[in-house]
Amino acid sequence: MRSTMVGLAAGVLFGVGLAVSGMTDPRVVLGFLDVRGDWNPALLFVLGGAVGITTLGYQAIFRRGRPFLTDCFSLPAKTVVDLRLVIGAVVFGVGWGLAGYCPGPALGALTAGNPGVVVFVGAMAAGVFLGKRL
Amino acid sequence: MVWLTALGGGVLIGAAAIMMMALLGRVVGISGIFAGLLTSSVDRGVGWRWAFLVGLILGPPLVGAFRGVEVIAAPVVSTPWMFLAGLLVGLGVTIGSGCTSGHGVCGLARFSRRSLVAVISFMASALVTVYVTRHGL
Repeated sequence: MRSTMVGLAAGVLFGVGLAVSGMTDPRVVLGFLDVRGDWNPALLFVLGGAVGITTLGYQAIFRRGRPFLTDCFSLPAKTVVDLRLVIGAVVFGVGWGLAGYCPGPALGALTAGNPGVVVFVGAMAAGVFLGKRL
Repeated sequence: MVWLTALGGGVLIGAAAIMMMALLGRVVGISGIFAGLLTSSVDRGVGWRWAFLVGLILGPPLVGAFRGVEVIAAPVVSTPWMFLAGLLVGLGVTIGSGCTSGHGVCGLARFSRRSLVAVISFMASALVTVYVTRHGL
């Protein structure tokens, strides 16, 4: 129950952050990726702000040794850089560049009811199932 | 002043990531949370995943209601392209174990070498994709 409340609060915070930073507008994202066009640096500030504060916060939490509500950290176990990682990231980047949506902003845009966004999220789910089989 | 709201929004996203790590010891990867809901069994503590996703979906309209403006913009490409893009995003994040949040925010913040490689790879391919679709080869 406690973890559900934490999840909800963190999710709202994340969604609010996406909207405030302009990431729920694909033009902002594509404006950043289009270096030859009218370049929009916004995404750099979003990523910079997020990575900056998270790095500081993580340092403090890891120094403490354990999370407050559970016994241990559940961190990604893999450390080896392999071809699968690179291929997956490249494929993701193509999809991101085609429409200007990564998973967070796509889900965060669902309530506006745009058919394109709903189709994107449905196709993303299909892509997840396909990826699990590869 | 768009950089200021961009920075502020980024800090809020970071605050969500810090909260999840401090309280539950978990990274915030949207693709991982999404995939976890689709593919893992019900008994494996998925409550926080559902809750996070509900919060994430409700966050933007909350901002819109508070500011009195529509903050969610419409897609800029047609629905067939949205389908293809969504399929590639779902496929890519599953094979590459993460997206902009998991690798880009949380991975970089914990100095993960895998995440650094992933971020460079997806940034590069996204830049090339936008270049090709907007300016041709």
